Amino acid sequence: MTQTQIETPSKPATDLKEIASDIVSRAVARGATAAECVVREGDEFSTVVRLGQVETLKESGSKSIGVRVFFGKRAASTYSSDFSRSGLDRMLKSALELAKITSEDPFSGLPEASQSGSLTSNLDLFYEDVYSLSGESRIDYARRAEKTALDFDPRIQNSDGGSFDAATGHKVLANSHGFVGEYRRSYCSVAAVPIAQDESGAMQRDYWFSVARSLSKLEPAELVGKIAAERTLRRLGARKVKTAQVPIVFDPLVATSILEHIFEGVNGDAVYRGASFLAGKLGQKVAGDNLTVIDDGTMPGGFGTSPFDGEGIPTRRTVVIEKGVLKSYLLNTYTARKLGLQSTANASRGLAGTPGIGPGNYFVEPGPRSPKEIIAGISEGLYVTEFLGHGANLVTGDYSRGASGLWISGGELAYPVEEITVAGNLKQMFFNISEIGSDLEFRGAVACPMIRIDGLTVGGA
Amino acid sequence: MKTDKFFFEHYGLTERDLERYLAPALSAGGEYADLYFEYLTSTSLMVDESMVKSASQGISAGCGVRVVSGERTGYAYTDDLSPARILHAARTAALIASGPAKEPVVGFQEKAARSLYPVTLPSVDAEITAKVELVMRADKAARAADPRIKEVRASYADELRNILVIGSDGTFAEDSQPLARINVFCIAKTDGNSARGSAGGGGRVALDFFFGEKTPEHFAKEAARQAILQLDAREAPAGEMEVVLGPGWPGVLLHEAIGHGLEADFNRKKTSAFAGLLGQRVASEKCTIVDNGTMPWRRGSLNVDDEGHPTQNTTLIEKGILKGYLSDRLSAKLMGMADTGNGRRESYEHIPMPRMTNTYMLSGDDDPQDILRSVKRGIYAVNFGGGQVDITNGKFVFTASEAYLIEDGAVTAPIKGATLIGNGPDVLTRVSMVGNDLQLDEGVGTCGKDGQAVPVGVGIPTIKVDRLTVGGTAKRDTGGFMQ
Repeated sequence: MTQTQIETPSKPATDLKEIASDIVSRAVARGATAAECVVREGDEFSTVVRLGQVETLKESGSKSIGVRVFFGKRAASTYSSDFSRSGLDRMLKSALELAKITSEDPFSGLPEASQSGSLTSNLDLFYEDVYSLSGESRIDYARRAEKTALDFDPRIQNSDGGSFDAATGHKVLANSHGFVGEYRRSYCSVAAVPIAQDESGAMQRDYWFSVARSLSKLEPAELVGKIAAERTLRRLGARKVKTAQVPIVFDPLVATSILEHIFEGVNGDAVYRGASFLAGKLGQKVAGDNLTVIDDGTMPGGFGTSPFDGEGIPTRRTVVIEKGVLKSYLLNTYTARKLGLQSTANASRGLAGTPGIGPGNYFVEPGPRSPKEIIAGISEGLYVTEFLGHGANLVTGDYSRGASGLWISGGELAYPVEEITVAGNLKQMFFNISEIGSDLEFRGAVACPMIRIDGLTVGGA
Repeated sequence: MKTDKFFFEHYGLTERDLERYLAPALSAGGEYADLYFEYLTSTSLMVDESMVKSASQGISAGCGVRVVSGERTGYAYTDDLSPARILHAARTAALIASGPAKEPVVGFQEKAARSLYPVTLPSVDAEITAKVELVMRADKAARAADPRIKEVRASYADELRNILVIGSDGTFAEDSQPLARINVFCIAKTDGNSARGSAGGGGRVALDFFFGEKTPEHFAKEAARQAILQLDAREAPAGEMEVVLGPGWPGVLLHEAIGHGLEADFNRKKTSAFAGLLGQRVASEKCTIVDNGTMPWRRGSLNVDDEGHPTQNTTLIEKGILKGYLSDRLSAKLMGMADTGNGRRESYEHIPMPRMTNTYMLSGDDDPQDILRSVKRGIYAVNFGGGQVDITNGKFVFTASEAYLIEDGAVTAPIKGATLIGNGPDVLTRVSMVGNDLQLDEGVGTCGKDGQAVPVGVGIPTIKVDRLTVGGTAKRDTGGFMQ
């Protein structure tokens, strides 16, 4: 194979902003009291190289459109992938008709016109260079990541492959307040998933990856392959441990899941229903003094950055928890009205349905000590590198998950462990975070340094 | 609606067009090429705080072109079904191969049609009032079930997926696949205490299904019952113990513990803990497990898979011996095995791969009451949330949402949700009793693999697992269950 680029047939000259605005005005012309239209367009490339051979190669693009209409306090939404005149007509007509069967909800509606807007500074989100590599070079990126892992140690003879992905997305939002906004984002990533086998024949798999908005910021394939190999090898020979209560250290990649539980807890939707363990606790201590949690949709180059949220409100920085005190929930327009508060510009909108709530760049502020120092302070404990399953109950705070990782003994990582569970209650867990590492690093929109939590139960043999 | 030739009628496609699209797909060599046309309409309704807060409908259509060359797969798709776009996708996918052009077979052969599920007219507008009524009834029934039920969300969602698969070997398959479900979620509250419950069901059914036996009230009462029960749940024990699984949805154990590990792609690549175990004992002799895509109206059933191959009833484990894998076209060919009709994909944007349909264990001889009576100390788990598996080391988890302590053969206090963790290749060797009460789940399962979600079914009779790790929090002195 020598190339993967083919001349694209010419697209009809259509401006997505015009299409979105047109749908909004047509909805209003046909009696809607308010309307909002979203258009999403994207391209993706992905390749997987396994044992040195190209396994899959995928390249495509797609476009879709969604509309939400209001008749007073009634709302409905429809979407389509058909941009033909008749396709768009049908979508709009369905939405107008569907709104007849929904209920009047006093809290429904678009944001106030005065809230609409878009950040104007350069947010550093789009780089055309993610597609600048030739097809062969993209495959080579994936190949080098996998090869480094396969060459790293004789115990690594198999693999789920190395991969290289690139994508760009273009989003347009228009509403009947006259707001029309758009932004483009790019993305590329490289990953390796080696499989190691020990003398007994038991296999372990792990992975590592790098992700960036620009190819120039992507980490070298060889570094990704090497870390993936190290992470896989350290799992070989894993054993079970006895049931015990010991300090537990969460690797940054799994610590983000703890942070996500806080997100679910401050999600306005769960809060107004009283379905969150953090509901009604604004201004109260919900965690130890060492915990500060921020949501910031404005960070240049961030994976959770955008100039406006899913309802066309400029994104912002919100302190969620400051030194253990709950400062703010994360809200969209609907949940803000329900709670008598202001939206925090966290609306997330798919093509259909009512807007949900999503994070911007959502993270825990780093602490003073390095990962090595944190582990050195533990005589017997568990270092969790992977969770299996999703056993967190946000209503009660009950928490129970499958885990694997490394046992800590005498301040050092001693041996791998698996087939164990970690259980506790979220309400107490955040007070029991005894260490937060200095190693904050963004590999996605949600990021957390290493953390240590005490008082959890490790379930084993 | 006449479902035959949906794409011919809607997009003016002809057989000649289809042959014309396959030719560029094989223009750079490649052994096989196929096109997957999909036209999906969907509706969803949500009642929340007793109001219809959300109603949405949508249409998604597109075509995916796949070219296979040895172990290589090239893939491209378009959401614009114009000839120029489909030809472009075909030429892009073709680049995976490098060799002289091949000619597709001329003349398509349609596989014998089957009809496992009803196909009703997508007269969405005529039925929408009835759908709203269903969801409102669910809301009302959940609230009426108990004064402690304070928060109810009920939803209805359906879709009709029309597909056409054509292959360069003459494969020609069309299908119209309905899918519908009702879900009820509620929260029970007392002073200082709250708990959640959820229930739902459906399948490849028409709307009348929900006006028959499986009414909205059926699901609403079940969701309310679970929430109320959880108000008084005690802490779950921690450690290894005897576990009895109730019939139905706990079959998710099979899905996670062995189902994924038996998908042929993982075994072809030797990345599964089950690789190389065909013909060997992987379960107790009481266990016979199948994956059956041919059950009428079930959520995981399909007339044909997403490669146009008829689904079948595949025996995975017979009396404890591993008998077969679940394969798609690619793995079947590379492994020299039969294609079991398990090639599935989430949509036209995705490459098909081996996936489960309805996976379940056949009934045994034991009386479920005898099974419970045989347990001295353990837990009885009857409802689960999701699960997950690492197919390489075989470790799997699934999380109980409704479970009880068993003490001296009697089911006693309800316990809080706990994760159960085990090792796929040996958990079923510890199944010592199998009940005579096989049930399938109500029809809400969705399975994720490599970022692709597909609807599936699971089922199991009451079984006893002699030893499984339970991830609770109870201290030794309060629970007495830590070993």
